[in-house]
Amino acid sequence: MDIKAYIILSLALFTIGIVGVLVRRNAIIIFMCVELMLNAVNLLLVAFSKMHAMSGVAKASPYFASDAQVFVFFIMVVAAAEVSVGLAIIVMMYRNVHTVDVNFLNRLKN
Amino acid sequence: MNNIFKLVWLIPVLPLIGFLINGLGRKSLSKSLSGIIGSGVILGSFVLSLLVFFQVKNVNTATIHFFDFIRLENFKIGFDYKIDQLSSLFLLIITGVGFLIHVYSTSYMHDEENMNFAKYFSYLNLFVFSMLLLVMGGNFVIMFIGWEGVGLCSYLLIGYWFRNTDYTDAAKKAFIMNRIGDLGFLLALFWLITKIGSVQYDVVFSAASLAKLSATDITGITMLLFVGATGKSAQIPLYTWLPDAMAGPTPVSALIHAATMVTAGIYMIARSNALFSLAHQTQTVITIVGLATALLAASIAIKQNDIKKVLAYSTVSQLGFMFLALGTGNYVAAVFHVLTHAFFKALMFLGSGSVIHAMGGEQDIRKMGGLHKHMKITSVTFFIGCLAIAGIPGFSGFFSKDEILAGTFAHSPVLYGVALFAALLTAFYMFRLYIVTFTGTFRGTHDQEHHLHESPAAMTFPLIVLAILSIIGGYVGVPEVLGGHHELASYLSPVVKSAEHHLDHNTEYMLMGLSTILVVISISFAWMKFKNYKVEGEANGFGKVLENKWYVDELYQAAIVNPLKSISAFFNNIIESKVIDGAVNGVGKAVNYSSRQLRWLQSGQVGAYVLLMVIGMLILFFIQLFL
Repeated sequence: MDIKAYIILSLALFTIGIVGVLVRRNAIIIFMCVELMLNAVNLLLVAFSKMHAMSGVAKASPYFASDAQVFVFFIMVVAAAEVSVGLAIIVMMYRNVHTVDVNFLNRLKN
Repeated sequence: MNNIFKLVWLIPVLPLIGFLINGLGRKSLSKSLSGIIGSGVILGSFVLSLLVFFQVKNVNTATIHFFDFIRLENFKIGFDYKIDQLSSLFLLIITGVGFLIHVYSTSYMHDEENMNFAKYFSYLNLFVFSMLLLVMGGNFVIMFIGWEGVGLCSYLLIGYWFRNTDYTDAAKKAFIMNRIGDLGFLLALFWLITKIGSVQYDVVFSAASLAKLSATDITGITMLLFVGATGKSAQIPLYTWLPDAMAGPTPVSALIHAATMVTAGIYMIARSNALFSLAHQTQTVITIVGLATALLAASIAIKQNDIKKVLAYSTVSQLGFMFLALGTGNYVAAVFHVLTHAFFKALMFLGSGSVIHAMGGEQDIRKMGGLHKHMKITSVTFFIGCLAIAGIPGFSGFFSKDEILAGTFAHSPVLYGVALFAALLTAFYMFRLYIVTFTGTFRGTHDQEHHLHESPAAMTFPLIVLAILSIIGGYVGVPEVLGGHHELASYLSPVVKSAEHHLDHNTEYMLMGLSTILVVISISFAWMKFKNYKVEGEANGFGKVLENKWYVDELYQAAIVNPLKSISAFFNNIIESKVIDGAVNGVGKAVNYSSRQLRWLQSGQVGAYVLLMVIGMLILFFIQLFL
């Protein structure tokens, strides 16, 4: 299958993620958009890895051919950990200011 | 090498030791101890100088090398002493007159505090050290070290009573004027090094080296050296510091500003006579400057009322005579006059110090008068000094001044006429000073009259010795025409070669007779005019010009100091406060302003930061892709 489709898909997911981060004010949705960007990159990584494995270069050393696919599982694990931390922050934020609107937290200005 | 030459290094080192002891121990030394140390080291130097003199008299000269002072590739300046006829003569003058003045100072400065007393002697010793270095140096660089050293000591001692602002101003004036001359000296040294590659006297004055110099080189170098001499020896146009230098204690004026330091310029030119004899344009300039200085200073001295100012202008005038002799190639006469002048001018300065001491600090001769009956020794010795400087036959000044005048006559009768006129003025103002100060009736307050007394022995002893020297000092140079052999000329002949001038004996007798008769007339005129001296009101007309010293100080003020001040003010007000401050403050203001504007970027909103981050990444992305 053509690699282009994967690239376009992951670019689309990434752009949606960026736009979401930029325009939404709800912390949870922003957080979801960040995850979306992360997964877009993951997808791209798997796609390139598969392409690499099928190309002639990897045939010479098949041992490393699927490294990136293993990598992606690591990234998912780390992302899961990161999500727990991020959600915990959002929970604490809600407990303190009773909102999840990020524009409410602007004390760093000036 | 002769034995005594092994001890030569001690001659300047002894005063240096005295300087260190008095300078470092000034808080703990008693007055008598620091006085003894201060005078004792000079006496030691004097004894050594005498021994050296007798060695040199037996035609033993030496250049003694101690170590390399500056060593570069292909170029070396050694720390050398040159012991020859000329330097040994100056050694005797400096240490001999210096010793007498040190002894005198122990009494004159007795009212000072302990600490200042020791400080005074340490400066005085440092001065003698520098002056000895100046005359003993075996090359121009060592001479320059001494040259700067005496300038420094002169500054320190003029400003000795530093609580008085006028005195410190006078000290600064002396120092700055000297620096102008020093610059000329330095440039001459650089020129010499470039052309000859050495500053060693033996090398520079050798025929081979002189042959390397073009006529322009010789004129340039000698002119620059002469600029140095005008600064140190107070000639036009740099003479105005010397009268102001009278702010220092009187013994200082006697030692530094009459007997030794101011003759450094004459020593330097006499030392470089091989160069100067080749530079005819420079010689002409020296002659004119010397004669003009002699005349100008003598005319100013007529109208001064401060006893030390009269003597100061007299010194300037006598130095002018010496330069006149140098300019006419009559180097021996110049050195001879340095010798006799050191005796009688030191005598008169010390005499004036004795008078000032008795008058309780008063220096204005209008408030003196009739001092002869109160202080006979001072009066008589001062009178001898006046006779010597006026050139009365038999006294030392007669021989040296006559030699200068005869040399000038051989050079040009017109210059002789002017020089003779200056000599008559000398006799006139010196006897005006004597008559107004020592004869007639006392014009001061009753308290002062009651206080009048002869000075103590420590002060009168140097006066008597110097008075004797002022009488007999001239007999080392009795000219042939009077049946002498001129021992001084034959003594100096290996080092200093005077231009030959031949006047037949009748002419010389005539010149001597003429000058003697005119001097006697001049003195009688002074006697007639001042025997019933009454304090005059403000002078007017020409007298006022003289009283105000030809307005030279005012001229310098207007021509140099004020423009300099305006330039400084311009730089201060415009360049400094507008341009430089503007630039510095402008940078600060620009940073302040831009940061105040950039502050608004910090909105504190997470979305805004993320937006900026994305924009930044996009920019980088575009740069990567398209540039």
